[in-house]
Amino acid sequence: MTFELILFFILAAVSVAAAIAMLVTDNSVYSALFLILNFSVIAVFYIMLSAPFIAMAQVTVYAGAIMVLFLFVIMLLGGDLIKKPSTFRWQPPLAVFLSVTVLTLFVFILISGADFSPPPSMPLETGIGGPKEIGMELFNNYLVPFEVTSILLLVAMVGAILLTRTEKINTGGESTRK
Amino acid sequence: MDLFSLVPLVVFFPVIGLLINLIFGQRLGEKGIGIVASLFPALSFVVSVLLAVALAQNPEGRTVPFLEWINAGEVSIPWAFQVDTLSVTMMLVVSGVGTLIHIYATGYMHQDVRHHGDPKSYKRFFIYFNLFIAAMMILVSANNYLMLFVGWEGVGLCSYLLIGFWFDKGKDGIGNAWAGKKAFVVNRIGDFGFLIASFLLFWQFRSFEFSTVFEQAAQAPQSVLLAITLFMLLGVTGKSAQLPLFVWLPDAMAGPTPVSALIHAATMVTAGVYLVARSHPLYIQVEQAQEIVALTGALTALFAATIAIGQFDIKKVLAYSTISQLGFMVAAVGMGAFVAGMFHLVTHAFFKALLFLSAGSVIHGMEHGLEHVEHDQRLRRSLKGHGHDFDVQDMRNMGGLRDRMKTTFWVYLIGAVALAGIPPLAGFWSKDEILAEGLHLNIPVYILLTITALLTAFYAGRQVFMVFFGSPRTEPPAHAVESSPIMTIPLMVLAFLAFFGGLLNLPSLHTFTDWLMHTLMLEEAGAAEAVGEAAAAEAAFNPTVAIISTVLAVGGFALAWYIYRRVTERQKSIPPARRPDDPLRPALGPVFTGMEKKWWVDELYDAIIVRPYKWLSQFLADVIDWRFWHDWFHDTVIAGGYRRISQFLSEPVDMGVIDRFANRLADSIQSLAARGRLIQTGFVSSYALSVFIGVMLIIGYFMVRLTIAR
Amino acid sequence: MVPTAYYIILSAILFTIGALGVLVRRNAILIFMSVELMLNAANLAFVAFARAYNLVSGHIFVFFVIAVAAAEVAVGLALIVTIFHDKKDVDVDEISSMKG
Repeated sequence: MTFELILFFILAAVSVAAAIAMLVTDNSVYSALFLILNFSVIAVFYIMLSAPFIAMAQVTVYAGAIMVLFLFVIMLLGGDLIKKPSTFRWQPPLAVFLSVTVLTLFVFILISGADFSPPPSMPLETGIGGPKEIGMELFNNYLVPFEVTSILLLVAMVGAILLTRTEKINTGGESTRK
Repeated sequence: MDLFSLVPLVVFFPVIGLLINLIFGQRLGEKGIGIVASLFPALSFVVSVLLAVALAQNPEGRTVPFLEWINAGEVSIPWAFQVDTLSVTMMLVVSGVGTLIHIYATGYMHQDVRHHGDPKSYKRFFIYFNLFIAAMMILVSANNYLMLFVGWEGVGLCSYLLIGFWFDKGKDGIGNAWAGKKAFVVNRIGDFGFLIASFLLFWQFRSFEFSTVFEQAAQAPQSVLLAITLFMLLGVTGKSAQLPLFVWLPDAMAGPTPVSALIHAATMVTAGVYLVARSHPLYIQVEQAQEIVALTGALTALFAATIAIGQFDIKKVLAYSTISQLGFMVAAVGMGAFVAGMFHLVTHAFFKALLFLSAGSVIHGMEHGLEHVEHDQRLRRSLKGHGHDFDVQDMRNMGGLRDRMKTTFWVYLIGAVALAGIPPLAGFWSKDEILAEGLHLNIPVYILLTITALLTAFYAGRQVFMVFFGSPRTEPPAHAVESSPIMTIPLMVLAFLAFFGGLLNLPSLHTFTDWLMHTLMLEEAGAAEAVGEAAAAEAAFNPTVAIISTVLAVGGFALAWYIYRRVTERQKSIPPARRPDDPLRPALGPVFTGMEKKWWVDELYDAIIVRPYKWLSQFLADVIDWRFWHDWFHDTVIAGGYRRISQFLSEPVDMGVIDRFANRLADSIQSLAARGRLIQTGFVSSYALSVFIGVMLIIGYFMVRLTIAR
Repeated sequence: MVPTAYYIILSAILFTIGALGVLVRRNAILIFMSVELMLNAANLAFVAFARAYNLVSGHIFVFFVIAVAAAEVAVGLALIVTIFHDKKDVDVDEISSMKG
């Protein structure tokens, strides 16, 4: 039982708990906050996995930008929204059952001999996860997807603006979306 | 210049004439139409003369092909012209006499169309007249039987058209049309015989051409030849008005007089005689056929002559006379005296045309007189009944025309004397030749024909004396007027021909015989002796026969004079009511009635043939065709059955089975879809669930595979 | 050294929780957040394998996933806002007009 392993288990427990809590909580804001916690824990995992760049990206983009956006919207729409009894009352139990089944399947296969040969341990500083390595790979082999992604982001931005803007101009709203 | 190649013009000149009149007739006017119509037959005559000149140098004649007509397999029937002495003789007669009659007709029809009240028919008349000349030319110039038949039918058609020329006049308004129909139908029976004969000819000889047929005639079996010749005889009796198919000719007098002259005296009716003369190689092979032909001719001659004695209509006398004289000709060619028959054909054309045209002149004169009387108040009263009932053609209403119509009288007299056969006129020479042959070849025929000659002279004289002598029996002849020169001049030309026509074949000169012999001898070698014998016989002039026939002719004429002048004078003392219309009536009693009523031949035919035939066709039409075939078979069986079948197919089968199946299919799909639609709940979560289930299944599948692989 | 398998199991657990969230929750925003959770679980698996096989392309992939997720969130939330303006409700069970 190395320190790393113990740390891993603790952090794993926290992550799962946060996730479940996110699901279960009634309050939307609490859900968001739990999710942020989850993301942070995952960032730690990234660091443990020698991926510092990704960890930073996770924190910056995911926890920092995306979740903030979520919080904005939750605030905008009003946090506590109704809970009526579900129309299909059999759906949650079914979902739970299925999820458990899937999980069991995953675990079973993994344990029954998936061979992930552990690499020789590496120190944290060196490795492939540094910005330099990622930058080299990204701009040499994955340049086109990189550029396309930038366009994608542009499109998303324009789209978001457009979607919400059209709303404001036609006060009656566009019923075509129904 | 090869004169023989001109021969197609004899046909085409009249055709051009009729086309000109057809297209430009309106603009030409009556004078123009008449000139055109008379000009072209005259041109045909000129061509015929030229052909005769050519033949004088080349007497054997020539065949001039014109165009391919029928060409099917081994059958090749061209339209070719036969130029030999026989055909050119006919051409000369047809075009020569035809031209004279055309000229006469231009004057005659001028008055006639006004008498009937339809001046526009003038054009139509001459179109038909020229058409007739063209058709007759086709007939006589043909080199094969089929082409001859084309002309045969053509002249039959023209005869029909011209007999019924005034188609809305006559008895009950359709009498003339009915006469035309009668002519056509009776002729058809004859044509049927001709057709059967030509089929047999083709069957036996594989060709219609004269030359081919006649070459092989000697080798053909007797039975076939007999059949051919007898069927041909049927055609001859139809066209040349012999027993039993002569009944149409008297009715044909309903047509205008020039028609009677041209068609029913001089040309068309002689087509039968020409046919027999042309087919002489066939006939001389079969003696029985010859016998039958000769007897038919002789009996017809006698029969018709008896009827002629009892007729009162001036044209009817001449009609029966024509039948009788045709009998002479047919008897002659039947016996084998072909030259004699043809000779009589030529002279008969002269004097019979003359007689008919003069009769036309007489009728015109009577019409003039009638008009004069109708317009005069004082004279009107003498007419019994209405003016329209007055028959201008009834000889009993005539009399004394000798003074009022001098030219007509003299030419008529010449014609009548020629008809009677009194020398030195043409009729004597030709008739005598026939009688001489008869004595030589066939005694019974000779006897019959001699008796007929006596009767002929008698009725000819009767006619002359009733019409021209004595005093007018009614008012109109007293005011008759001579006809115009355009009519009298052709009469005089014909009278000249009738007087001197005998020169054609005087017994010692034999010009005509030699002329014809080139054709009659050349066609076949085997029968040369038979014809040669006839020629030898003809060379000998038989004085006995000549004297007998002359005595009989003069005697007949004298008898007529006695009865119709002397006896009539004596009967003038009897009051008009009891005066017999004809002196012969009290003398002969029922015999005379029989003669007058033409021995009731028409009535006999009507009872035996016409009425049962009409009954049969009525029966076939009404019962068999309409009631059985149409009503029952068609409507009930076929149409009804079909309707029932389609009803069956449409209702239970189509609607019941097929439609039901289609509808059920659609309904089931619809319900299936309705149920399927429920999957689309509209809830996102259920969609997500479905996605998740799908993903799970896929992963499960892969995992299972992995496990198994391991 | 933590075995890669443990990371993968953790990733699987997080993924199923996220899937559960998508299926069960009725709030659109929460569903969205569950989707983000699933994405993160996937990212974790990627990075774990990248470290296991010493490939940098795993990191690259995660990089792109993050970028795309960001874009997707932007647009998706814009949509939710728009729908909310119409319907005044973010309950997905109410948005069932596509019911066939």
